[in-house]
Amino acid sequence: MSNESQTSNAVGLLQRKVGIVACSGEELAEGTVTRLATLKVLHELRRGGTVTICLPLFLAGNEGNRKFARSHPTITVDGCDLRCAAHGAEMYSGKPAASIVVSDLLAEHGIARPEGRRCLNDAGRKAVEITARRLAALVDEVKGKRERVAVADGGDAQQ
Amino acid sequence: MNDGKRKVVVVPCSGIGKSFGSVAREAGYELCDELRPEATQLVALSKLVLGEEQAREHVRQSPAITIDGCKLMCAAKLVKHSGGTAREVAVQDVYRRHKELKPDGIAELNEAGKQLARVMAEEIAAVVDDLTGCDHA
Repeated sequence: MSNESQTSNAVGLLQRKVGIVACSGEELAEGTVTRLATLKVLHELRRGGTVTICLPLFLAGNEGNRKFARSHPTITVDGCDLRCAAHGAEMYSGKPAASIVVSDLLAEHGIARPEGRRCLNDAGRKAVEITARRLAALVDEVKGKRERVAVADGGDAQQ
Repeated sequence: MNDGKRKVVVVPCSGIGKSFGSVAREAGYELCDELRPEATQLVALSKLVLGEEQAREHVRQSPAITIDGCKLMCAAKLVKHSGGTAREVAVQDVYRRHKELKPDGIAELNEAGKQLARVMAEEIAAVVDDLTGCDHA
């Protein structure tokens, strides 16, 4: 492989976006939290560096959708211990680089369980902020790892 | 009243990338929380992706309605995949009849999107009545 193509590959990895897959669970307020936190990261906190895919597309979509998590580092965000997004992504696409469970995160921060699956209460809105911040930190962490690997691969190959 | 009859399972799509997905979700809530709370039960699509047995049992044993936001029809496909049969509703079909209600926004739908969801929910409520044999007129 030429130095030019090695550099091109490394740059590709550096630029690769991180995929976020939310459970979006319609039954629970925590599901709404996953959805809104994902959108906040996507549109505000890490705009341009992240993409999302609807969880059901892993099963109902085409092979291109299933390839998503194999070609992107993916972070799943689940509302409850069922961990539908994490398990679903792993079953149909690939093992996520990182996972968050909102109920665990809120317990960790001592925040009350959110209410209002259609319109979140104050605890729910706070949960969105905390989950989005954790997600953004994980995006940076995952991208940092990819960058280190890409640079190391490029450097080794050039020696 | 539902008189102990099996509730109608409602499965909206989980579309997170387009306004139409948010309309599907909002219509599901309007239907299940406001219009027909006693006759319907919302089932999370993510549970069907996972293959969670209780959710699969619900869609196999109960009349079901799916609400999809795009042509991929994930909710309809996943109910079939789980062994259920559903009346399928698509946001686009309702929007074609109500072009004045153009949805915008995903995290927060605009007023037209919310209104489109209400119109959809009212139409689906009639389907619920048909499935349960109730007359809400």
